Amino acid sequence: MSDRLSVLKTYKLYVGGKFPRSESGRVYEVTDSKGNWLANAPLSSRKDARDAVVAARKAFGGWSGATAYNRGQILYRVAEMLEGRREQFAAEVADAEGLSKAKAAAQVDAAIDRWVWYAGWSDKVAQIAGAANPVAGPYFNLSSPEPTGVVAVLAPQESSFLGLVSVIAPAIVTGNTVVVVTGEKSPLPALSLGEVLATSDLPGGVVNVLSGRVNELGGPLAAHQDVNAIDLAGAAADAELVKALETAAADNLKRVLRPRATDWTADPGTERMLAFLETKTVWHPMGV
Amino acid sequence: MSSAFEYAPAPESRAVVDIAPSYGLFIDGEFADAAGGKVFKTVSPANEEVLSEVAQASAEDVDRAVKAARKAFEKWSALPGAERAKYLFRIARLIQERSRELAVLESLDNGKPIRESRDSDLPLVAAHFFYYAGWADKLGHAGYGADPKPLGVAGQVIPWNFPLLMLAWKIAPALACGNTVVLKPAETTPLSALFFADICRQAGLPKGVVNILTGDGSTGAELVAHPDVNKVAFTGSTEVGKAIARTVAGTDKKLTLELGGKAANIVFDDAPVDQAVEGIVNGIFFNQGHVCCAGSRLLVQESVQDELLDALKRRMSTLRVGDPLDKNTDIGAINSAEQLARIKALADAGESEGAERWAPACELPDSGYWFAPTLFTGVTQAHRIAQEEIFGPVLSVLTFRTPEEAVAKANNTPYGLSAGVWTEKGSRILWMANKLRAGIVWSNTFNKFDPASPFGGYKESGFGREGGRHGLEAYLDV
Repeated sequence: MSDRLSVLKTYKLYVGGKFPRSESGRVYEVTDSKGNWLANAPLSSRKDARDAVVAARKAFGGWSGATAYNRGQILYRVAEMLEGRREQFAAEVADAEGLSKAKAAAQVDAAIDRWVWYAGWSDKVAQIAGAANPVAGPYFNLSSPEPTGVVAVLAPQESSFLGLVSVIAPAIVTGNTVVVVTGEKSPLPALSLGEVLATSDLPGGVVNVLSGRVNELGGPLAAHQDVNAIDLAGAAADAELVKALETAAADNLKRVLRPRATDWTADPGTERMLAFLETKTVWHPMGV
Repeated sequence: MSSAFEYAPAPESRAVVDIAPSYGLFIDGEFADAAGGKVFKTVSPANEEVLSEVAQASAEDVDRAVKAARKAFEKWSALPGAERAKYLFRIARLIQERSRELAVLESLDNGKPIRESRDSDLPLVAAHFFYYAGWADKLGHAGYGADPKPLGVAGQVIPWNFPLLMLAWKIAPALACGNTVVLKPAETTPLSALFFADICRQAGLPKGVVNILTGDGSTGAELVAHPDVNKVAFTGSTEVGKAIARTVAGTDKKLTLELGGKAANIVFDDAPVDQAVEGIVNGIFFNQGHVCCAGSRLLVQESVQDELLDALKRRMSTLRVGDPLDKNTDIGAINSAEQLARIKALADAGESEGAERWAPACELPDSGYWFAPTLFTGVTQAHRIAQEEIFGPVLSVLTFRTPEEAVAKANNTPYGLSAGVWTEKGSRILWMANKLRAGIVWSNTFNKFDPASPFGGYKESGFGREGGRHGLEAYLDV
């Protein structure tokens, strides 16, 4: 009896809740750590990046306007779906990062736990980042954090799933929408994450996943006038690129999260959430 | 409009302030000439009188000041917070003691009415030092970790609209957190910062903790680019803010920017008209409209447009424009010839693009820089006067029919600093406050400031917050 021939999967982008191929029609070879071919991933173009920003902007009103409780519920649902696909992600992470099965599974478990941790922040972040301000006058004065808008995220190159989850979840839990550029060499866990998000009640466009070259996609996203913030984690290895992207981001005063050496297994703290929040302060007279 | 009772002049005495004919740079606790020996004059915008001559700091001076601040940082940051707090309390008290002198000085150099420098600027300046003095020994409770650390040397560049208040906003939290500072006041309003240097001397502040460099934009650019500056804080135009963001790109410098605005002041048909009119006037004509968060776009619900504009015009006719040192003056001088030219150019653009211009009958002084309070009706969103920051006493009026339209129009600029909402309906206020993309929303009030209240913008109005617990973050390594 011959071995069964497996069915190959065509990996696709995840944009606006749909799974398009790159509009460019291009793909690139994705290999495991030993150089064995795994799949062809879409090689996203500038146009794909622009389309993803449009989708993210369109989704922003609804997502940022949802109640924090509702966003939390949806993020918990994502964690549940991730748990169900644990084996698949472990296999993809093992291939992507050259890890043993056990180590890859540990990465996936940490990533799911991290997603749950961030989900729980949805209805708490306003309480730790907001303030009732005792001003010297008869006014009610309240500061609350609000999402900054569309966040472009260059996902870390070295951690294909735990790192990826650690940059997406903190941006969306507070109500931002995201265009994420996957790790260049290891995009498959990220593209599979898109499939999970699509079946998790997360509104289309809240997270948009692009695989491709950081060098090619970083520039258009950093310069895009309808992107409000950018996380440069994925450009960490290239100081020149970081400088160029930060310079381009100055054009519309994007909020920039600079890359720094990060241990993705460590307690992430609140930094990545707070980086993409604005503080709104509302005054109203008090009196009768 | 003439009234039954004319106001007699009520001038504040300028004898309470003693301005020296020239000032040096304040570096490491000493006044010194600029390395290149260059100086420039600062004039009173109300009558173009030369008030004094100040030094133009060069790259060499910037380097000297940063070195002094770096040296001072070691000891200053190591002081217990309670000791730093006491220095700040001293400064706050000295500001209160000398507030009449400083108010007169500020009005002379800036052109703003003494009523505002005396009743608004100076009390707030002192309050900022008191507020942040209290934080210096409580930083572990601010929500940034148990023992948050200062950043180091802060390079701070401030604008000419509130010279002393912007200094306080920058210096008070920086020192409270344990940083040392090099501050560059605006070219046209350097004097109150130099007087502040004297207050630092009276307070016994250690040398080098506060350094003041006078100069123009080139001095500011040198300071921002200096490799040994750890933190850059800037308040000013969006254009310069973008240039600064490019300068610090790829460095570790922490950056906060408080930039321009084009705030919508939104009046619904159920708003109390008299209060709304006062709020509109305060929103745009306070400080001659030289306010980044000024309510420069009036969005009025169509059904009450006529009633509101009639009342507004009536009120504008009672505004008194003139001598900043007269206690009756509502609107003082435009800060500089350059700024006046910009205001005139934008107002002319408003007319040429088809908006209707109105200003009350108003006699302006012969010398100095003046612009009458001005109102434009028939403004559309495409007009330059609806999109660009004018930074002068010019109000553009647009209309709306529904709350949704008001929100859409209010949010339709690259800016997002502030907004105002006038309505009696509580649920509508909360709905509007939620939808407006702006860092400060004043409901049924406008242009209120307080050291305990965070201030800063969304979008191209910059990032970071000043004031309140949030304001500490800009000066801590978090």
